[in-house]
Amino acid sequence: MLIKRAPELQSSEQTPKQIYLERRKFIAGLSLAAGASLAGKNLWNLLAPSAHVHASNKLSGVVKSSYRTDETQTPYEDATHYNNFYEFGTDKSDPAKNAQNFRTSPWTVTVDGEVKKPRKFSMDEILKLAPLEERVYRHRCVEAWSMVVPWIGYSFSELAKLVEPTPKARYVAFESYYDPRQMPLGSRAGIPLPYVDGLRLDEAMHPLALLTVGMYGESLPNQDGAPVRMILPWKYGFKSIKSLVRIRFVKDQPPVTWNLANSREYGFYSNVNPAVDHPRWTQAKERRLGEFFKRPTLMFNGYADQVAGLYSGMDLRKNF
Amino acid sequence: MRTFLERILLSRWTKAVVFLLCLGPLARLLWLALHHRLSANPIEFITHATGDWILRFLLLTLAITPLRRLLGLPQLIRYRRMLGLFAFFYAFLHFSIWIGLDQFFAWDDMWRDIQKRRYITVGFAGFLLLLPLAVTSTAGWIRRLGGRRWQQLHRAIYFAAAAGVVHYYWLVKSDVRKPVAYGAAAAVLLLLRLDPWLLKKKKTGANLAPATPQSD
Repeated sequence: MLIKRAPELQSSEQTPKQIYLERRKFIAGLSLAAGASLAGKNLWNLLAPSAHVHASNKLSGVVKSSYRTDETQTPYEDATHYNNFYEFGTDKSDPAKNAQNFRTSPWTVTVDGEVKKPRKFSMDEILKLAPLEERVYRHRCVEAWSMVVPWIGYSFSELAKLVEPTPKARYVAFESYYDPRQMPLGSRAGIPLPYVDGLRLDEAMHPLALLTVGMYGESLPNQDGAPVRMILPWKYGFKSIKSLVRIRFVKDQPPVTWNLANSREYGFYSNVNPAVDHPRWTQAKERRLGEFFKRPTLMFNGYADQVAGLYSGMDLRKNF
Repeated sequence: MRTFLERILLSRWTKAVVFLLCLGPLARLLWLALHHRLSANPIEFITHATGDWILRFLLLTLAITPLRRLLGLPQLIRYRRMLGLFAFFYAFLHFSIWIGLDQFFAWDDMWRDIQKRRYITVGFAGFLLLLPLAVTSTAGWIRRLGGRRWQQLHRAIYFAAAAGVVHYYWLVKSDVRKPVAYGAAAAVLLLLRLDPWLLKKKKTGANLAPATPQSD
């Protein structure tokens, strides 16, 4: 196995000064590796991810929401090149490569089930259905890494209101787009596709539940679930279903993909919970991308004040 | 043609080239680190990369004995110790990355994980199995232990390879193709040993004994 080619050559990499600086950094890194006490921090420089370049597809008229954390935002490059999107391959670097030609236009989202006004939404309609807000959320993956991402969208409840769920609707079932021709690696992912997920109606209607169309001021890149997805910041990342094509309001608890794939390890709720380990690894700590030291994971990913009430009286060990 | 191949295998230059090639994976990681191309999660990246190379070097090491027989090239033995030691070298890196970078010397947490997380238990066991093999890889130790005992001890590599495969299989989330492929390769290499071993049993003490270790 040899060195893989750079997906994009960055002009900064070509300047002699940069090379010079990197060489110095390397020497510093080596000497510190031999040392020991201070090694962590400077070695970390050596291990630091790269700066970003990207094409722009700006979203206009976005207002900043008060739902935002001041924590350092994950670089765009990392949030778009470190993805779990198994339809496009199971390696973190696969989606950025394999989703490039994914067709996201035209796009419609079908909303039906226990609603008074079932209908299809075009992507245009979704973009104009409510004012777009930028919300900076923590995003915690079940694999114990995390990011901070400025998402763009609006509360899912805005869309739900338009279709008027009936009193019979107790859950919401979500389904991702799946086309084996566009996603040939999907068959090897080891999980049943199309990807499905679900929420209790009150969870879905919680204002934090974000119907998401963009990030970092732009529309969603393909590998991040274009053109429209859910973001549920108090749940593990895989609950935030990507490339949504169908939303059904239903009576009974709908199936969810990871539970279908492995019911011992994944339940229906998948709320971030440092006290309940994944059967194979601890969930007490996480590595924030770009940081060296692991940080403690917060209950409901730090959104306990807002969402804990949804689960009062429930045994979260059983309902994991 | 044959003698040419044999001459190449016996050349000390070939050995030097193989040695440098074995350092290739490490050089690649250093190069990627310098160019900030170790992904958004560098510690995970180098952990996985070194882990992959442990298994590859274990498989290469296990391939030597059957290849000597199948290709009729006993000279391949000259490379077995080096490949085995490189397996240990990458295992040492993998283990050190876990201790120093991933866990940052949180000894209590690590000990708990070794006991509680079965993929870590089995991976740690595999590393422990490789340790005495690396230590006793010298000609001096072969003499001290005697060829037969040395060989018996070094059969621990079978279990180390199995532990490595299981470690990998148990830690992946859903896509098991790679650990299964490593497992299949290891199974083939171990099965290839069965045939001469059975023959040897039948003949009791025959001359088909697998390679006695030799210094080179």
